[in-house]
Amino acid sequence: MCTMIAHQVKIQGRGKNGPAWFEVREANVSYDHPYDLPLEHALNIDFVNEALGPGARVAVELSVEAARQLVKTVEAVLAQAAQRGVLEDRPLAPSPARDRRHET
Amino acid sequence: MYQTDQYEGMIAETVTMRGHNGDVINAYLARPLGAGPFPAMLLIHHAPGWDEWYRECTRRFAHHGYVSVSPNLYFRDGHGSPEDVGAKVRAAGGAPDARVLGDLEGANTYLRSLPYVSGKIGVFGTCSGGRHAFLAACRLKGFDALIDCWGGRVVQSQEELTPNQPVAPIAYTKDLSCPMLGLFGNEDKSPTPGQVNAHEAELKQHGKRYEFHRYDGAGHGFFYYDRPAYRQEQALDGWNKVFAFCERTLR
Repeated sequence: MCTMIAHQVKIQGRGKNGPAWFEVREANVSYDHPYDLPLEHALNIDFVNEALGPGARVAVELSVEAARQLVKTVEAVLAQAAQRGVLEDRPLAPSPARDRRHET
Repeated sequence: MYQTDQYEGMIAETVTMRGHNGDVINAYLARPLGAGPFPAMLLIHHAPGWDEWYRECTRRFAHHGYVSVSPNLYFRDGHGSPEDVGAKVRAAGGAPDARVLGDLEGANTYLRSLPYVSGKIGVFGTCSGGRHAFLAACRLKGFDALIDCWGGRVVQSQEELTPNQPVAPIAYTKDLSCPMLGLFGNEDKSPTPGQVNAHEAELKQHGKRYEFHRYDGAGHGFFYYDRPAYRQEQALDGWNKVFAFCERTLR
């Protein structure tokens, strides 16, 4: 891309880009050209599972304002959950790479 | 300008060729029908990927009489929709320059092996492909014309250098081996007008043959009819300049 501003982080979670959920293992965060948002550059987040190939991707493309608001909101929600003592702050048990997108 | 009573035909298809390290990669080839000899154009796809726009662009050059090939520079990054593969490469900080140059050298060799190619070969790229096109015309032999459309990060600060792009292409300007056409939008953020000026100053300093055209009212990617960046008037003028330049340098 034209800025090459990109960070990758290992995560644990599930994502959905069709009828079925799949395990996401990486989040790719970039400030670069989006594909659909009508801006030259955007804050792009791809939740992916590299072991399952390029199509295992849940993508969002955000304006700068939206991205900043999202960061604040995530932090606020986590803080509220912690305050109420319901935060499950522990890692998930590792699971094998399993692509459930094509299962019926 | 072609005439209404002339014969016209082309063939366009996916082919395979040898790229960096002798790897087999795929490419899109479009060529006019006939024995030739035809000049050739190597098209370097933009950062968003090896997509439909580049296939259309490849056929456009064939329509204008050029044997045209667009190698898939993301071949090794897996297969899927161009967006998904492009997003993977975006996350990795772009394709490594060394690998791209190896693929472009392979594409040049491939074009030269075709019996209907005249031996005159141009290189064209937009966005990161413009940057790669400039790198190719400086670091590889065998190109007769360079068209850089809004190639970003030709001018890079030390902080912008990465393992994948370890050297700013402007540093190779003295090695540029063919005439250059550059098209830029004055509202672009990468390259900025200041970076375009710095690039031009370097070309002047080394006595290179070049022509730059800067468009008001246009930013990055103003040829892309599928993006809001599209600017009809500037794009039309830009395409006319591209083909006029090709006629002068490759026929």
